[in-house]
Amino acid sequence: MHELALLIAAGIASGTPLLLAGLGLLLNERAGVVNLGAEGLMLIAAVAGFGIAFYTGQTWLALLGGALAAAVFSALLAWMVVYLNTNQYASGLALSLFGAGISAFVGAALVGKKLEIETSEKLPFLGDVPFFGPALFQQHTMVYIAVALCFGIVFFLYHTKTGRLLRGIGESPASAHALGYPVQRIRWLSLVIGGAFCGLAGAYLSVIYAPLWVEGMVAGRGWIALALTVFATWRPWRVLMGAYLFGSVTMLQLHLQAIGIEIPTQFMSMLPYVATIIVLALISRNPHWIRANMPASLGKPFHPG
Amino acid sequence: MIVLEKRQHPSFWMTYLSPVISIVLTFLIAYFVVSAMGKDPIKVLSLFTLEPLSGKRAIGEVMLKATPLILCSLGLAFCFRSNVWNIGAEGQFLLGAIGAGGMAMWLTEAGVAGAGWLWVSLALLLGAFAGACWAAVTAWLRDRANANEILVSLMLVYVANLLLSYLVFGPWKDPKGWNFPQTLRFADSLSIGRLGTGMRVHWGFVVALISAAAMLWLMFFTSLGARLRVGGLAPGAARFAGFSSRESLWTVLLCSGAFAGLAGAMEVLGPMGQLTPHVSTGYGFTAIIVAFIARLNPLACVLASFLLSILMIGGELAQSRVGLPASVSSMFQGVLLMMLLMVDSFINYRLCWRPGAAKGLKPNA
Repeated sequence: MHELALLIAAGIASGTPLLLAGLGLLLNERAGVVNLGAEGLMLIAAVAGFGIAFYTGQTWLALLGGALAAAVFSALLAWMVVYLNTNQYASGLALSLFGAGISAFVGAALVGKKLEIETSEKLPFLGDVPFFGPALFQQHTMVYIAVALCFGIVFFLYHTKTGRLLRGIGESPASAHALGYPVQRIRWLSLVIGGAFCGLAGAYLSVIYAPLWVEGMVAGRGWIALALTVFATWRPWRVLMGAYLFGSVTMLQLHLQAIGIEIPTQFMSMLPYVATIIVLALISRNPHWIRANMPASLGKPFHPG
Repeated sequence: MIVLEKRQHPSFWMTYLSPVISIVLTFLIAYFVVSAMGKDPIKVLSLFTLEPLSGKRAIGEVMLKATPLILCSLGLAFCFRSNVWNIGAEGQFLLGAIGAGGMAMWLTEAGVAGAGWLWVSLALLLGAFAGACWAAVTAWLRDRANANEILVSLMLVYVANLLLSYLVFGPWKDPKGWNFPQTLRFADSLSIGRLGTGMRVHWGFVVALISAAAMLWLMFFTSLGARLRVGGLAPGAARFAGFSSRESLWTVLLCSGAFAGLAGAMEVLGPMGQLTPHVSTGYGFTAIIVAFIARLNPLACVLASFLLSILMIGGELAQSRVGLPASVSSMFQGVLLMMLLMVDSFINYRLCWRPGAAKGLKPNA
């Protein structure tokens, strides 16, 4: 039982960056913009967060700094795709390549450095409950904040006027524009805020989860988070579910090794990527799930006039 | 307020000037970044421009690195033209390296001697086939399950990397190699011949040039090429004309996979001579930038490959000569692509001054 509790706890911890990035990307895609720069944004935030944590020792400052760094670059991407009407796929890809380069460039001096940081805290009372305590309530505060942010996104998208407008823009930017709504500004904002979410995810990885900086340490999580939004058919709660599921798949490799199953480590490390491909194929092959839920203007540029 | 206005016709001048402008902008940014780091910018910039072209040996290196870039970017240009977003050329490259490397390893172990060119050609073909098979996974999942090809092809890059790592750390490791993760060195008869003495560039470069010409012919002078281009430009029109989008999906992906696989095979049979985890230095990703700078034109791919090859070598020089991190070149590759995309939007749009536009939320005003 204790093993299972630990597996759940590890799955949640490793699913949290996917959840954070997935929520951010969901926000973008609901407004009709695909952000292929997620991987690069997470890398930029990871190196920025780690740098801040290393030089100041402040975890929260590091997380905020990471989110801010990613938001700045996401704003640049947003300016390109929303106002200059560049191709969304190519621009996002460019940002991902750039992010990989600049993070390695800036982070060269940080490789091998260690952080003195408390990576998990036990909640009072709840943390002592048998099974559920170690499984759910002995995580870093950021893990709970991620869940709270999921609540926040649900509330925003379905219960506020701006959220409904954002979803409307994702479906038909031309109609929203004709009604006099600032389509471009809302799309721009959704990319900036979504970028900040990706940034939180990246900084969480390097400051709390790892905690260290290695070149390319995001290791495809940005892309997996993109697949996650499809898997979740663009619903926040399903992003949460999918993130923890994928987090557990990542963790499964370590636990299978622990119970003595002999599979080469490389094949174990393939698990999250192969799982992403399989899940993507299984979900996408059902046209009802995809077509009924996908924001109609996803990936299509909109330029008024 | 300054607003972006759609031009009536795409600007002729901007179409051709935009790559030049973006290269100049990238160098300007590089100038400021390098001076901010306290290095002599002129010296560093010369490493990225003049140094890689100084002397026969150096130019040979530029051609050597341009070879895989040309091959990968040709396939990618083909894909992007028909609106198939294959960004996993890196994985297809690695599979080609694994295929050709595996065969060369087996031949060396079996002590096959003589008729080297025949075995080399077979190994290259096997590499191209392996790359095409890897791309076929993407095509199949897109075709049968409608899975997004961007994500699938990219995930397969990670899988290919891990597969290569498994092979060279595991079953293919050279038992006499002091436990280094690499295969044995292939027999000398199994390497591609060099183009000249004192240069490492091999006959693969010529193959790449011929491929570029062949792709130019295929893309612009055959009906298949026309069908594929229409499918990319106007999917609706292509469907109306009865062109199969499945046909174009499979054609471009298999073709692009084979090119990338061939590039990988040439890399192991050319300069490497053995299989190691570091077969590729990101050729598959750099080729994406090449394809865009080349405007998806096969001949321009050759020129752009030279440019990016110089940039890659400049990065290595900057690391060894002035101590900049090795990633300096991949960072500026990203900057270059972003600049290009930004400047490109002025092909179809122009800036103009519209007083009072800031306040007006009135659509159609």
